[in-house]
Amino acid sequence: MTAAHTLQPVALAASASPRGPARPALDDRKPMIECRGVQKYYGDYHALRGIDLTIREGEFFSLLGPSGCGKTTLLRTIAGFEGIDGGVVLVDGRDMANVPANVRPTNMVFQSYAIFPHLTVAENVGFGLRRDPRSRAEKAAAVDDALDMVGMKGFGGRAAHALSGGQRQRVALARALILKPKVLLLDEPLSALDRKMREQMQVELIKLQRQVGITFVLVTHDQEEALVMSDRIAVMFEGEIAQLDGPEALYARPASRRVADFIGVMNFMPARIVGEGADHVTVAVPGFGTVDIPAANVSRADRGDAGPSIGFRPEAATLLPMGAEAPGRVTEGVIDEVVYYGDMTYYDVIMDGSDDYDGVPHEVRISMRNVFGREVPDVGTRVRVSWSPGSLVLFR
Amino acid sequence: MATGNGTETGQGLRLIAPPLLYAILLLAVPLLTILAYSFFKDGYLTIVREFTLENYLATWADPIFRTILVRSLMVAAMVTAVTVLMAFPVAYFLSFVVAPERKALWIFLITIPFWTSYLVRVFLWKVILGFNGVINSGLKANGLIDEPLKFLLYNTGSIVMTLSHSYAPFAILPIYVALEKIDRSLLEAGRDLGESRLMTFWRVTLPLAMPGVVAAVLIVFIPTIGDYVTPTVIGGGKIPMVANLIQAQMLDIDNKPLGSAVAISAMAVVTALSLAFLFLNRRFLKVRA
Amino acid sequence: MTRLRGSGLRVYTLLYLAFLYAPIILLPIFAFNNATVIAFPLQGFTTNWFVQMAENPTLRQALLNSLLIAVSASVLATCLGIFAARASTRFDFRGKGPVMGLIMLPLVLPEIIVAVSLLVVLLAAGVGLSIFTVILGHTLICMPYAVAILSTAFSSLDKSLEEAAYDLGETKWSAFRLVILPLVMPGIVSALLMSFTISLDEFIIAFFLAGNQPTLPTYIFSQLRFPKSIPMIMALGTLLVLMSILLLTLAEYFRRRGVARTGQTDTGGFI
Repeated sequence: MTAAHTLQPVALAASASPRGPARPALDDRKPMIECRGVQKYYGDYHALRGIDLTIREGEFFSLLGPSGCGKTTLLRTIAGFEGIDGGVVLVDGRDMANVPANVRPTNMVFQSYAIFPHLTVAENVGFGLRRDPRSRAEKAAAVDDALDMVGMKGFGGRAAHALSGGQRQRVALARALILKPKVLLLDEPLSALDRKMREQMQVELIKLQRQVGITFVLVTHDQEEALVMSDRIAVMFEGEIAQLDGPEALYARPASRRVADFIGVMNFMPARIVGEGADHVTVAVPGFGTVDIPAANVSRADRGDAGPSIGFRPEAATLLPMGAEAPGRVTEGVIDEVVYYGDMTYYDVIMDGSDDYDGVPHEVRISMRNVFGREVPDVGTRVRVSWSPGSLVLFR
Repeated sequence: MATGNGTETGQGLRLIAPPLLYAILLLAVPLLTILAYSFFKDGYLTIVREFTLENYLATWADPIFRTILVRSLMVAAMVTAVTVLMAFPVAYFLSFVVAPERKALWIFLITIPFWTSYLVRVFLWKVILGFNGVINSGLKANGLIDEPLKFLLYNTGSIVMTLSHSYAPFAILPIYVALEKIDRSLLEAGRDLGESRLMTFWRVTLPLAMPGVVAAVLIVFIPTIGDYVTPTVIGGGKIPMVANLIQAQMLDIDNKPLGSAVAISAMAVVTALSLAFLFLNRRFLKVRA
Repeated sequence: MTRLRGSGLRVYTLLYLAFLYAPIILLPIFAFNNATVIAFPLQGFTTNWFVQMAENPTLRQALLNSLLIAVSASVLATCLGIFAARASTRFDFRGKGPVMGLIMLPLVLPEIIVAVSLLVVLLAAGVGLSIFTVILGHTLICMPYAVAILSTAFSSLDKSLEEAAYDLGETKWSAFRLVILPLVMPGIVSALLMSFTISLDEFIIAFFLAGNQPTLPTYIFSQLRFPKSIPMIMALGTLLVLMSILLLTLAEYFRRRGVARTGQTDTGGFI
């Protein structure tokens, strides 16, 4: 229980940067959604166990977790579809306790999109404007603008049930955004799309969010999706937030072994703590020998873990031919398995001396981007592995 | 929605209250009333509210009741067997041979006769099978027979035939629905694993269709036992079934406690047989999931 | 092989259809046959039986009664059915099994039992037998059919459609009116037509509960004893069959429109 707990979201400003500058740092913005000690029960089932989080104005925030972790329940309590059994939900500083869903300043994009099948595209998009005092022509113009915004210009007259999955999603977005909500809630909006469409929509959603500047809260079970789109991510397990961080911090310094396992691919190896310094912990790891792990890379183990372990991302090491020079520490080993993915290849490597640790050889999975003209080494090839102690995470 | 999950039972019950109340008042209460009546004494035009088992003793001691009950069960069993056996190939045809876009049309064609005036349809069988009916007059006009065939009408066979005709769609639809649910790749798997078409049918299709067959059996058997029109019209009053007996006790003789005891007894027998049938088929009913 | 097997089944099914339709086909033949006896050979064309039918005052009364009963019972059964179908598809409440079981019970209960038990209770409660009591009974037996049709309509609706409407600012009631009702409307029309057809055709309950008021089926039943009335009954039967086919075609049309409207694939079938 060391510094890992107090890991600050230092990566926040940095992680926002790839999507452009000109936005005030998150911490300076006003809170848009605040959950304090939110509890939710379904009968005896404890769905939300004291959720505390603050989502700031204009933030693209993701709730990430496996199915049944409570992420959709949390989203629905913010939307007002589910009541809460304890705690407070504030939207834009206002307590939502007695505010029903139809008057909350939030709108939702449903997992099934919930496009009204008996209405046209334009009637769907304009559905929420029924009580709007504007003239018919002004509303029609607003609908056109909303359709234009999601790239569906000219589709207004189409029957809703004739739309493709991607088009339904755009209509659902336009329908929610036309009401200019303070928060847009998205419940697994991309899960029904095929891979290509999903990747395209991820980019479009990011652009759309930057364009409208509305706070987006996305629920997803797809870690890649969350990493690509979000300013910050709350990883949830069993009704609790396990880690709340920016994508890079989440990926590089997972707060627990379980988070690490959920986000991306990570090698785990048993480790023995042999010493502690002021700014590092010294461990013995099979194949890697004795390593000094920086204090920032020390996270907590989970209940049920057999002992301390080391986590290591496949791309954190480089394979080199024998005899090549390399920076950092270098270990030698033998390729035991090759899994070819086209753009990259996974290699399972048995490092020399990895069986000294506890009598069994330990494999490490290492990924390498394939480069045109460079041969993919075969099973049994001896290789050099270059790595640095800073890329190892200790779970203790 | 914002009210949460705790009141879901409340919301559901509040919503279902009108039809539930209706069913309680006009179905549950009446059924319980005849149950109560069956234990009361009859005192000509009045009911003596005194507990007695007399009605049941009288019912079960009466050889006429026993004969009629046995006949009703036999007729219903025969009707069920004939109807289901005749319906299965039709359901199979609908499910496996007819092109998907044509299915609705075929089902429509099969259901139409079912919805057209039951009484007229039953009577038409009398017209067809009668002494001067269509068959006899037709055969006579063609010189095939000299005297009308008398065995066509007023017997159990003609009752069975008429009832089978009436309840045909009842049998076809549940079997069809069960067949539709069968994953077609299961049949291919059966063939792939080396079974012949016939054995695939026997080992895969038929067991998976059993829930539909069971439903068809019950849905034909139960109402046929209580049929009133067919024994009256086709049986010519000479081959009464349970419904005729109940009607006679209730209206003509006006002994409501005895009539109630007959009705309850018949219902108990039908329920017991249905439950026994379901019990024997419980292996197949698990497939439904 | 498949073709051969398919064609064998097809021939069988066509024969089966012939068996189903055989009696109905006789109706128009004898309705227009110029003879008082229903027998071959045919005696020539006449429309007398239709004229006789039109001029029969009791029959007219029976028809009016039946229409009144069928309209009332189908409207009542459908309204009650909407509550039951909505509750059973939308909410998971304790006691749902037994409650739905009771509501659907008339589907498997011999009608004679329903008729007899209702008769006993109505007489004991001092309610005079009339068209009204028939309406009560018919509503009871039509309700399960309406519930079955409406449940299909309601259950094919995505729950989030309603939530979406609510989320977009509608109240629960206006969300129901603007989204759910239009989407289940074909089912409602279908349930109305089906209940109407069932009620119009129902004999036993009317026989027990109508008192001395005639309905079409009880009138037909009373006339079956008189050979002289039979040709007229044939004419009446012809009209009833035509009307049933018309109603069923309408019901089927609305069912299909409902399917097309929500963009589902048609699985076919009434029940």
